[in-house]
Amino acid sequence: MPFLPITYASTSTKILSSWRTSKPVIDYTKCTRCAICWKFCPDVAIDLVVDSRLKSPNEKFSSLEAPSIDYDHCKGCGICETECPFGAIEMVREEE
Amino acid sequence: MTGNEAVAAGVKLSNVKVIAAYPITPQTTIVEKLAEMVANGELNSKFIEVESEHSAMSAVTASEMTGVRSFTASSSHGLLYMHEALHWAAGMRLPLVMTVVNRAIGPPWSIWGEHTDSFNQKDTGWLQMYCETNQEAMDSILLGYKIAENNKLLLPVMNMLDAFTLSHTSEPVEVRSHSTAADYLGELELESKMDFNNPAGYGSIVPPDGPFMEMKKDMRDSMYNATNAIKKEITTFNDLFNAELPGLTENFMMEDADYALITLGAISSTAKYTIRKLRERGQKVGLIRLYFYRPFPGEEIVKAVKGLKGLGVVERNLSFGQRGPTFEDVATALYGRVDVPMRNYVVGLGGRDVRVKDYELMFENLVEGNNEIEWVNVEAR
Amino acid sequence: MYEIRFHGRGGQGAVTASKILATAAFLESKWVTSFPFFGTERRGAPVTAFTRVDDQRIELRSQIYEPDAVIILDKSLMNGVNVTEGLKNDGIIVVNGKRGNLKEAGKYRVASVDATSIALRNGLGDPSHPIVNTAILGAFAKISNLVSLQSIKNATSDTVPSRKKENVNAIQEAFEETELN
Repeated sequence: MPFLPITYASTSTKILSSWRTSKPVIDYTKCTRCAICWKFCPDVAIDLVVDSRLKSPNEKFSSLEAPSIDYDHCKGCGICETECPFGAIEMVREEE
Repeated sequence: MTGNEAVAAGVKLSNVKVIAAYPITPQTTIVEKLAEMVANGELNSKFIEVESEHSAMSAVTASEMTGVRSFTASSSHGLLYMHEALHWAAGMRLPLVMTVVNRAIGPPWSIWGEHTDSFNQKDTGWLQMYCETNQEAMDSILLGYKIAENNKLLLPVMNMLDAFTLSHTSEPVEVRSHSTAADYLGELELESKMDFNNPAGYGSIVPPDGPFMEMKKDMRDSMYNATNAIKKEITTFNDLFNAELPGLTENFMMEDADYALITLGAISSTAKYTIRKLRERGQKVGLIRLYFYRPFPGEEIVKAVKGLKGLGVVERNLSFGQRGPTFEDVATALYGRVDVPMRNYVVGLGGRDVRVKDYELMFENLVEGNNEIEWVNVEAR
Repeated sequence: MYEIRFHGRGGQGAVTASKILATAAFLESKWVTSFPFFGTERRGAPVTAFTRVDDQRIELRSQIYEPDAVIILDKSLMNGVNVTEGLKNDGIIVVNGKRGNLKEAGKYRVASVDATSIALRNGLGDPSHPIVNTAILGAFAKISNLVSLQSIKNATSDTVPSRKKENVNAIQEAFEETELN
C-alpha cells in the first residue's frame, strides 16, 4: 500500500490542559442552552449533556441539553466567552 | 465517432459513478454527451454541475475519497484553474481519471490545439498519456482506471487528446464489449475510502519532521516503479480486447533508422505518413511516439535511439527561457548513456496546422545538421 | 486516398455533410476521417470541413491542401474564398447554383444543382436559412463514383437527428436534377 496522508490518530487521546492560561467557566443561571458555544468551539472541547443537577435561569431550561466544557482538551482560546450572547461564560485565570 | 464521443463511450464502459465538470471548448462535447447518457438512463451516474473547474476537481476528489469511481474533463484555462486541486487529488493517492483536450493558453485568445496546458501539469503527480487516435482515446480511459486503481500505485491518470485534430474528428472506432470491460475493471475497492465508523484525518498538517518528505518520496517511487506494471497492463488489455495499444512508447520504423523524431499525440500520425513517403525515397528515418509522458519513458528512449545519427524532439508547447520540456526530459534520460546529436523543434502552437512539408523540413534539417531551425512554419517578423 | 474539401457558411451543414460522406464510405468498408476547421462559429461565417477516404488506415491528419473534390454549399463564398485552391487537375467541383457564370467551369469537371430550392421544397431549414448539406451530396453522387447514392442515403438516415425522409428525398431529387458539364 502507498504511504497515504491519512491519520487515524485522534487528538481526543491527548491531554492539552496545560496549554491554557485562562479557562472558561459557565454560569448556568444565565445559560439558555442555545449551544452557540458548542458550535463555535474550534477544538470540539464542549459537549452537550443532560444533567438535571445543573442550575438554569428557570425550570423550563433544566431538561434541555446543556454545554459542558471538557477541560482536558480546552486550550483556553476564549472564543466561547466572546460568542455567548448571554454573558454566561467567563474566562477565569488558571491557578499557578 | 469523434474523439470526444470516444472518451464518453470509454467513461460509460468504465462504469463511472460520479461525473463533475464545467464546460470549456473543445472539451465540452465530452461532458455534454455524458450528461445526455445520465439523463436518458444509459449511464447510472451522478452528474454534478459545478460553478468552476476548481470545484469540478474538488468534487471528484471528494467522491473518489468515498471509494466511488469518478471522472472529469477540461481544457486550457480550465485545467490551469484546477492546478491546485490536481496536487490534492494526486497527493491523496486517488485513482481518478480525467481527460484533457489540449488547447492553447492565451493571450492571445485561442481555442485551438497545443500541449502547453497539460505540460504545465506534468509535475502534479498525475500520470500522463497522450493519445494518437480516437480508438486510443477510448481505450486509454479503461486502461487509465485499471492502472490508477492498482493498489501499489494509486495515482490519478490524465488522458490527453489534441483539440479538434482528435476531439472533433470522426473516424472508425471499435466500441469495446461492455461485459468484458465490466469484468476487466470490476468494482472500485479503495481500502483507504472514508468510513464513518472509523473516522480519520485526510491530508491534515504534518510538521517538518513528520512524514511529509516520506510521503512525497513514496509518490515518486510509486510512479517510477509503475512502468513494469503499466507495460503488463497494456499487454493484458491488448490480449483481452484485441487492441493495438503501444507500450509506454511506440517505435515506428526505428529498426534501421539513422534519423528520428520524437512526438506526442495526434500530430504523430502525419509524421508517420511523412516517414513512409521518405522511406520510399530511400531515407532511413523513424519516429518515437511517447504514449506515456509521466512516468517518463526514459529507458525506452535510451534503447530506441542507440545508433542514431540525429534525433529531433518535436514540441507542441513552450518553456520560456529554456529549451522545450520534452527536449529537457529526453536529454536528461540520455545524459551519460547515449550520445546522439539532438535538435528541438517547436510546431503547431495555437492550432497551427502541422503538415507533411513541416516534417520533411525537420528531417532535412536533422540530416544536414547545419542550418539550425527551432521554429517550424513561423512567419519571420 | 481521396480527399474532399467542403466550403459552406455556418448553419448550412457543411460539417454534417463531411460526416455523412465519411459515414457513407465507412458503410462501404473504407477507412475514413472527417473533421471541421473550427472557427469561432457564427451563422453565415465561412466554414471549411474535410473528408478523407482510403482503402487503408488514414495517418495523414493535416488539413487538405490538394483536394480531389471541392463541394461548395454557397456560391457566394466564391467571391471571397479561393475555393478551388490546390484542387487537382483532374479534380471535381460540386456547386450549389448555376454553373453558367462559373469561371472554373472549363477547367474542371463540374456538377451544379439548385440545392437551395430542393432543400426548401423538402422543408429543410427556412427561406432565410436553408439547410443544403444533404441535397448537395446528391449532386456529388451524380458526378463521383466514390460512394453509391444508396450509401449516402443510408449514412444520412444514420446521421441526421430529424427529418430523415425529407433529407433522403432531397438527395434523390438533387441526384436527378444535377447538371454535369
